[in-house]
Amino acid sequence: MRTTAWTLCRALTVCVLLALPLTAAAMDSADERVQELDENPEAAAERELASVAGRELDAGTAEVLAGLATTDRATLEQAIEQVAALQDPEALPTLFALRDRRLYFTDDQTLIIEDSDDGSLREAVTGRERPDLETSQLSQPRVTNTVRRALRPTIAALQIFSDDDAARRAAADELAENPQPELREAIKRAAEEEDDAATERLLNIALAQLDLDSEDDARRLEAVKLIAEVRANRLRSDLAAMTGRDDDGNYVEPVAEIREAAAAGVRAIDRRAAFASFASNFVYGLSMGSVLLLAAMGLAIVFGLMGVINMAHGELLMIGAYTTYVTQNLFALLAPEWFHYYLVAAVPLAFVVTAVVGILMERGIIRFLYHRPLETLLATWGISLILIQTVRWLFGAQNVAVSSPPWFAGSVQLMQGVSLSTSRVGVILFAVFVVALVWYLMNRTRLGLEVRAVMQNRDMAAVLGVPAKRVDMWTFAVGAGVAGLGGVALSQIVNVGPEMGQNYIVDSFMVVVLGGVGNLLGPVFSALGIGVTTKFLEPAAGAVLATILVFAAIILFIQWRPQGIFALKGRAADD
Amino acid sequence: MRTRTNTDNGGARFAWPGRLAGGAMALGLALTGTVQAQEEEPIKVGILHSLSGTMAISETSLRDVALMTIEHINEQGGLLGRELEPVVMDPGSDWPTYAEQAREMLEREDVAVIFGSWTSVSRQSVLPVLEELNGLMFYPVQYEGEESSRNIFYTGAAPNQQTLPAVDYLMSDQGGGAERFYLVGTDYVFPRTTNRIVRAYLNEHGIGDEDIEEVYTPFGHDDFQTIVNNIGDFAEGGPTAVINTVNGDANVAFYQELANQGIDPIDVPVLATSVGEEELRGMDTDPLTGHLAAWNYFMSLDTPENDKFKERWAEYVDENDLPGGDDRVTNDPMEATHIGIRMWAQAVMQAGTTDVDAVRQAVYGQCVDAPSGFEVCMDEENHHLHKPVIIGEIQPDGQFYPVWETDEVVRAEPWSKYVEESEDKIADWTYPWVCGNCEEAQHDLGF
Repeated sequence: MRTTAWTLCRALTVCVLLALPLTAAAMDSADERVQELDENPEAAAERELASVAGRELDAGTAEVLAGLATTDRATLEQAIEQVAALQDPEALPTLFALRDRRLYFTDDQTLIIEDSDDGSLREAVTGRERPDLETSQLSQPRVTNTVRRALRPTIAALQIFSDDDAARRAAADELAENPQPELREAIKRAAEEEDDAATERLLNIALAQLDLDSEDDARRLEAVKLIAEVRANRLRSDLAAMTGRDDDGNYVEPVAEIREAAAAGVRAIDRRAAFASFASNFVYGLSMGSVLLLAAMGLAIVFGLMGVINMAHGELLMIGAYTTYVTQNLFALLAPEWFHYYLVAAVPLAFVVTAVVGILMERGIIRFLYHRPLETLLATWGISLILIQTVRWLFGAQNVAVSSPPWFAGSVQLMQGVSLSTSRVGVILFAVFVVALVWYLMNRTRLGLEVRAVMQNRDMAAVLGVPAKRVDMWTFAVGAGVAGLGGVALSQIVNVGPEMGQNYIVDSFMVVVLGGVGNLLGPVFSALGIGVTTKFLEPAAGAVLATILVFAAIILFIQWRPQGIFALKGRAADD
Repeated sequence: MRTRTNTDNGGARFAWPGRLAGGAMALGLALTGTVQAQEEEPIKVGILHSLSGTMAISETSLRDVALMTIEHINEQGGLLGRELEPVVMDPGSDWPTYAEQAREMLEREDVAVIFGSWTSVSRQSVLPVLEELNGLMFYPVQYEGEESSRNIFYTGAAPNQQTLPAVDYLMSDQGGGAERFYLVGTDYVFPRTTNRIVRAYLNEHGIGDEDIEEVYTPFGHDDFQTIVNNIGDFAEGGPTAVINTVNGDANVAFYQELANQGIDPIDVPVLATSVGEEELRGMDTDPLTGHLAAWNYFMSLDTPENDKFKERWAEYVDENDLPGGDDRVTNDPMEATHIGIRMWAQAVMQAGTTDVDAVRQAVYGQCVDAPSGFEVCMDEENHHLHKPVIIGEIQPDGQFYPVWETDEVVRAEPWSKYVEESEDKIADWTYPWVCGNCEEAQHDLGF
C-alpha cells in the first residue's frame, strides 16, 4: 500500500514537472484561440441585419443618410435626428455601421460601409462593392458616446416594428428607459400593433412617462398609476415633483386624485428601494462570504484539523487558478468544440494538481516540522515564494486571461435593483458543492474517519492501527486539493497572476480562526458572517473602514472567545 | 555590478580602446569620422526603474524605451562627441532601494542624469538624495502634483493637465453633460489628492457636495458589487460620470462588475486616470469598451511623429527580441520618458557640457516635437512640461479612440489652487523666486 502510494506520487510529480514547461510554451498560441472562441453570440445575430450587400435604398432615404457624411459632431447629431424622423428600417445597416465605427465616406460624400465579416467596402446606398477604395483614404464620422446616445433611441425607434420578437423587445426596453417625445406617435402605434404582452407593457411604460405632462387628466392619472405600479427608481423624482407645491403655494398637480396616486407611487418606490438595498447587501454579503469560504476551506483542513500553519495556502489557490488557465488553453488547442465546458474538466484537474503539490510539500518538508509551528511558518513561507517565482518563470509576471464561459457571462436579476453576476451565483453554488464534498470526505469515508481519529488522539489512533503518518499525508493532500478548487472559483471572478494568492492568506486565516480551529462548520459560519457584516457596513462606512471595523470586531470576538465560534469538545481541545 | 570607478580617468581611458575598436567596427567605416570623437569618456545615464516586483509590469517598458532612445542618440554620434552609456539598476519595487541606488548612481557611477521612478513614493524617496548630491532626474509619470524640486523635471501630467480638463469634458455637452460625479479610487495619496482637487474644482463650477460621492477601496480590492450598485443608484439622480483613480489590476474587477450590473458607458461614462495601453494588454477589454481615459498621449494617435515613434519601438522590440513581441504597445509614460531623454540631450548640446547646473538652465524652455503631434516645451519656471490633454474611448482591441483633445498645450500647475494649503504656493525657479515651494520671493537685490 505504502509503496504504491509512493510510486504513484513520483510518477505524478515527473508528469507534472515535464508537462508544465511544454504547456507553458503552447499557451501563447492558445491565448489567441481563446479570444476567437470567446466571441459574443449577440454580435452574430446583428450581423445578419447589418449586411448591405444586394440592397438598394430609395432616393429619399439615401438623401437623408448622406447627411451622416460629416466629421462635425453637431451636424452628425442633427443628421441622426433626421434619419430618425424618416422611420425607414432600411437605414438600420448604415446606423449599425455608424455605431460600430464601420461607416466611412469619400471626398464626394458617398457613404461607405465596411463589412463586419470580411472587411470589404460597399456603398451604403447601392450596396455595390468598392474594391478600389481603402479605409485609410476615407474620412470617418467621429463617433463618441454622445453620438451613440443619440443613435440608441433612433435604432430602437426603427426596430419597434421589426419582425423579430427579440429585436422588438430590446427596442421597447430601450424606449422605456429613455423615451423620446418626438417618437410618441410611433410608440403609440407600435403599442397598438404589438402582440407580445411584455413588449407592449414596456411600450406603455414609455408612453406613460411622456404622458406625465399631458394636458388630459385621465391620461395623466393612467400614467401615474402605471409608473407607481412598476416602481422605477428613476422616475421617483418626477412623481415626487407632482406632489409638491410651486413658489406661489399652489399644487403643481391640480387634480387631487392624481396627486394621491403620485404620493402612493413615491411611497411604493421608497419601500421597494429600502427593501432592495437590504436585499442587495445580504446577497452581496453571501457572495463575498462564499468567495472567502472557498478560499479558506482548504486551510480549514490543513490548519484547522492538522494544525499546520501553511503560509503557502494562497499559492495553492493560485496553482488551482493556473490549472484552470492551462485547462482552458488545452481545450482551445485540442478540443475547441468542447471549449465552453472546460471549467467542468478544470475542477477535478485542479484538485489533483494541487493535491500533488500538497503531497510534495508534506512529504518533502512539512512532515519533518510537525509540532514546530515557528519553523513550519518560515518553511511554508519559503515554499510560497518558490511557488510564486516558479509560476512567474513558467507563465510570466503578467496576469493571464481566464475567460468565463458564455453560461457564466451576464448577470441574474433577483429583483428590481438587485442583480448578481452569473459567475458569482456560480461561485455560491460551487461553495455549497465544496462544503458538501468536504463533509462527505470527512464523515462518510474511511479516510475521514482516520483523519478524525488521528486528530482527536494521535497516539491512541496509532495504537489501534491507523497509519498516522500516511493519514497526515492524505489529509494535507485533500486540504491542498480543496484549496485548488477554491482557485478554480477565484479564477472566474478575480485576476489570475503569480501573486494572487497573497491577497487571500490573511482572509483565510481570519476565517478559520474565527470559525474555530478543528471543525468544518465553523468556517462556513464565519465566512458568511464576515461577508454579510462587511457588506452591510460598506455602504455607510466605505470599503476601507468596513474592512477595518470587521477586523476590529474579529479581534474583540477572539479575545472574548478564543476558541472561535464553534469550540471543539473533547480531548483535542485540551492541547 | 560595475567595478570600474569613474574617478580614475587615466585608467578608464586605458581600458577603453579594445572595446571601442569593437564598437567602431560594428558601426562600420561610414562612421569613422565619429570614432575620433568617441574616444572620449562616455556619458553615463542612469535608468532607475523596477524590473522585478509589483511595479515591474509598468516600469519595464520605460527601461526599454529609454534604452531605445539612448541607442538612437548613439547611432547619431552621441552627445558632444561622446557616446551615452546607460547604467541600469533594478530597485525591485522597494521604495528605499530607489534612494540607495540613486545614491550609488550619483556617487559611484557619476551619472549625468537619471531617468526613473514611477510611484510618487519612490520619487519622494529619491528626492532628498538628488537634492543632497545635486543630481538631475526626469520623472515620466502623471502624478498628484504638490511638488516642484530643483533637481527633478516632471514630464508626466500634473492634475490640471489630466483630470481637470477631463472633468470639463464630462460636464460639456459632448461628454454627456454630467451633473453628478462619483469619485472612486484606491486609498493612497494620488487618488486622495486628485479627488480633493476635483471636488474643489466641481464646487467652483456649481456642483455641490450633495452631487459628489467619494469612495475609496483598499489595495487589491476585488469585490466592487456594493460600489457599482451604489453608482447605479447614484446615477438615478441625474446625468452622472465616474472618475476612476483605482490602481492596477483591481480595475479588471471594477469594470467587470460595471458590465455585469449593466452600467453602460453611454449613460454613465467612467473616466480612468491610470488605465493605459500597457494595463489593457492582457485584460479582457469587453467590459471596458466605450469607457474613457484621459492622458497626454495615446498609441492610436494619427500623427507622423507618432508613426515614427511606434515604428522605431516595433523595430527595437523585434531586434532585441523583447518579451511580448508584436503585442508590445506604447503608452503615455513611455512617451514622457522619450520626451525627457530628448529634452535632456538637446539641453546638453545647448549647454555644451553635462554639468547639472548648466544643463538645468538649458532645459528651461527646451522644446520637442512629441509623438502626440504637439510641440511640447519645458516650462521656463516650474520644471513641468506643457502638455496637450487627450481623452480616448477604450476600444475592443485595447487601444483608445481619441474623442476630444485640447486645442493647445496646457501649462502645469504643480501647486493646485484648489487645495487649501497650496493655493498661495509658487513654483518658480527663476530670479527672484528661485524656489519650488514658497509664498514669497527668496531674493531681493534691493535695487
